[in-house]
Amino acid sequence: MPMSDTTTTNSKPGWFSALANPTRFIGLADRIIPVLAVLTAITLVVGLYLGFTAPEDYQQGSTVQIMYIHVPFAWLSMMCWGVMSLAALGTLVWRHPLADVSLKAAAPIGLVFTGLALATGSIWGKPMWGTWWVWDARLTSVFVLFLMYLGIIALTRAIDDTSRAAKAAAIITLVGAINLPIIKFSVDWWNTLHQPAAVFRLDGPTIDPSMLWPLLIMAVGFTLLFFTLHLTAIRTEIWRRRVQAMQRIAARRADGRTGGRSEGHVR
Amino acid sequence: MTHAMYVAAAYGIAGVALAGLLLWILVDGRNRKRELARLEADGVRRRSSGAARS
Repeated sequence: MPMSDTTTTNSKPGWFSALANPTRFIGLADRIIPVLAVLTAITLVVGLYLGFTAPEDYQQGSTVQIMYIHVPFAWLSMMCWGVMSLAALGTLVWRHPLADVSLKAAAPIGLVFTGLALATGSIWGKPMWGTWWVWDARLTSVFVLFLMYLGIIALTRAIDDTSRAAKAAAIITLVGAINLPIIKFSVDWWNTLHQPAAVFRLDGPTIDPSMLWPLLIMAVGFTLLFFTLHLTAIRTEIWRRRVQAMQRIAARRADGRTGGRSEGHVR
Repeated sequence: MTHAMYVAAAYGIAGVALAGLLLWILVDGRNRKRELARLEADGVRRRSSGAARS
């Protein structure tokens, strides 16, 4: 009974529905996580080395090195919400059993990356702009993203009923996704102190290759880090829900010894 | 403050925050795994792997 809603929508078990089986997912995660962790470490070490041996910027001086972490953190703060939005669709449209697990597990990671984007940007802003913070459209919209992560974290942990929490979190995540294009285009739509895009633009990157390479490698490294942490957190969340389910079964069984028979089909 | 100090502060904060996140995720995972093992040792069985979703 519990799985009927997923089996009727997917008649042929492809890789997507194969992932719906938490046991199979954990088996896959157990094999992938160590590989991802090693790749993350190698990529970040190479990126850090290239970053600190790259020439200094003629305007920013050595503070350009902050960009090698600030820019990837900012990209990942948005990518994480994108991953959560896909997971939200997975919950609402396909009723994928692991979609909500994925959304809940991603939120704290997104919060940390967003917080670090704000913090490292602020530390760069002080020597370069002469101020830690301005309420321009880019900084404000990223700060809103930070608050949205806090909201999702609170929501997913405040409601005990897993399926109701899943639906509420999914809807709020999709509504919040409106903020992603606002963050991306805020530097074009409004007159911001924050500079416009330098890498992802139609006429190509405006950064010198000596700085673009460490930036891109660091971005790949932190993306790998995100997926390593996310997969690990998903696995933990599956275990947490199993523990809860087993504790309920154990409690019912204890009930059954004192009262009538209750083990079995009480759901 | 020199530029080098700003750079050090940015990398320092990033290192501490990411190390904290990593530690939290690892400890959380290890604790849940232990709970699961203890329940299984007590003879509690889930009805199916699908029961993981309550």
